[in-house]
Amino acid sequence: MLAAMSIPPTPDQVEQAVIHVHGLEKSFKQLKVLRGVDIDVARGTIFALLGSNGAGKTTVVKILSTLLKADAGTARVNGFDVAAQAADVRESISLTGQFAAVDEILTGRENLVLVARLRHLRNPGAVADDLLRRFSLTQAGTRRVATYSGGMRRRLDIAMSLIGNPPVIFLDEPTTGLDPEARIEVWQAVKELAKGGTTVLLTTQYLDEAEHLADRIAILHEGRIIVNGTLNELKQLLPPAEVEYVEKQPTLEDVFLTLVGARTDKEQR
Amino acid sequence: MNKHFLGDTAVLLGRSLRHITRSPDTIITTAIMPIAFMLLFVYVFGGAIETGSDSYVNYLLPGILLITIASGISYTAYRLFLDMQGGIFERFQSMPIARSSVLWAHVLTSLVANLISLVVVVLVALLMGFRTGAGLLGWLAVAGILVLFTLALTWIAVIPGLTAKSVDGASAFSYPIIFLPFISSAFVPTDTMPGPVRAFAENQPVTSIVNAIRDLFTQQPVGTDIWTALAWCAGILVLAYLFANLTYRRKIS
Repeated sequence: MLAAMSIPPTPDQVEQAVIHVHGLEKSFKQLKVLRGVDIDVARGTIFALLGSNGAGKTTVVKILSTLLKADAGTARVNGFDVAAQAADVRESISLTGQFAAVDEILTGRENLVLVARLRHLRNPGAVADDLLRRFSLTQAGTRRVATYSGGMRRRLDIAMSLIGNPPVIFLDEPTTGLDPEARIEVWQAVKELAKGGTTVLLTTQYLDEAEHLADRIAILHEGRIIVNGTLNELKQLLPPAEVEYVEKQPTLEDVFLTLVGARTDKEQR
Repeated sequence: MNKHFLGDTAVLLGRSLRHITRSPDTIITTAIMPIAFMLLFVYVFGGAIETGSDSYVNYLLPGILLITIASGISYTAYRLFLDMQGGIFERFQSMPIARSSVLWAHVLTSLVANLISLVVVVLVALLMGFRTGAGLLGWLAVAGILVLFTLALTWIAVIPGLTAKSVDGASAFSYPIIFLPFISSAFVPTDTMPGPVRAFAENQPVTSIVNAIRDLFTQQPVGTDIWTALAWCAGILVLAYLFANLTYRRKIS
């Protein structure tokens, strides 16, 4: 039982955090999107950044993956500063953006080979074949991605992110726009990742997704992290469930049964 | 320079070239408009145009080649725009690659695609009676000017490719460039144009480039035109390159 209980991160764990964000701020013109975001993600865990549309989740991910520069604050990924050591950060991460970042004109296998080559791996063909197998895409591997379903595209997208085994993976709304079956496929893929020791930071607007996948959940609201903890910790923020008596209005059925009375009662028996 | 620049550019070039071989229609549509212009001007208007040259198709071809390039580069902007939209651009940017190789791959693809279109147009011109006595050196000089012109216009095309908000916006910039040869010595000699138009026509880049290529094809001494032409191409190339890279850096940081 103790192991399952939530333990807030100790200072030691924070130091070991593979993703460390402190006081992150970002504005787009007049609009203040991030007003001081603090996050620490421990190695090998799944961290969910939860928030409604426009809360700034994508902005956080873009800053962490060196696509955007922050106005203020620090962010370190795998020990590297995202602003000063962007190249080292890029060696350590993979980004799966909100829109499947796949090349529609190429085949699934060609997409994987492309990324493997760009990551300067020795044996791009073998890497591609292995991932096609792991993501049940071997059959579809020789088809152009334009013919893929939404779920297959996302799976390929995630497979492309695994190439080179980066220690940190960012998944920005990985299941938005997918049907329930495809969502479960993606969830499975994410879980396997974490099992292999990869740190996953995912953003989502689906509460059940965070509940299902994440070791820790943070809620981003109006540019700040308003809560951050395990699912149990978050649940304890609300008063415990209690039994309440609610006055019940009679339904038409009740009225009918009362009026018709005992005769119906007897017949039913 | 990043140690992976050449390798990454080669990999990304392979990707873009594959796009072209899978949709060769981009090369065909690039070549169709200039060919249509060529047919129209040679067989409809050409008889009434006094150029002082014995064959109008010989006179016309240099300008048509420039129009081919001007229409071809709009596909560069289009392909770049699609990458930006699709998310694959962000994937590349978040990977440990030489960032400039993303642009160079598109630029080199443009060069290859335009050279193929140019060969198609020249072959049609040959069928229509185009003849030249130019030797290997003459052809090489023509090819050199066309390559320089393609690179210059391609770097211009990179800018709308990076900044456009819609597909139409990404390719609309090429229309004025396609139109530029009409107010030059490409179709008719400039002497008959009224003063201000003539002044514009004689001092814009297309005229000097067209004249230089025409002189090379007809084996005339090229004179100062070729230096003016090269200066224009190099000037546009440098400016467009700098501005495109500025836009790119602003986009990715």
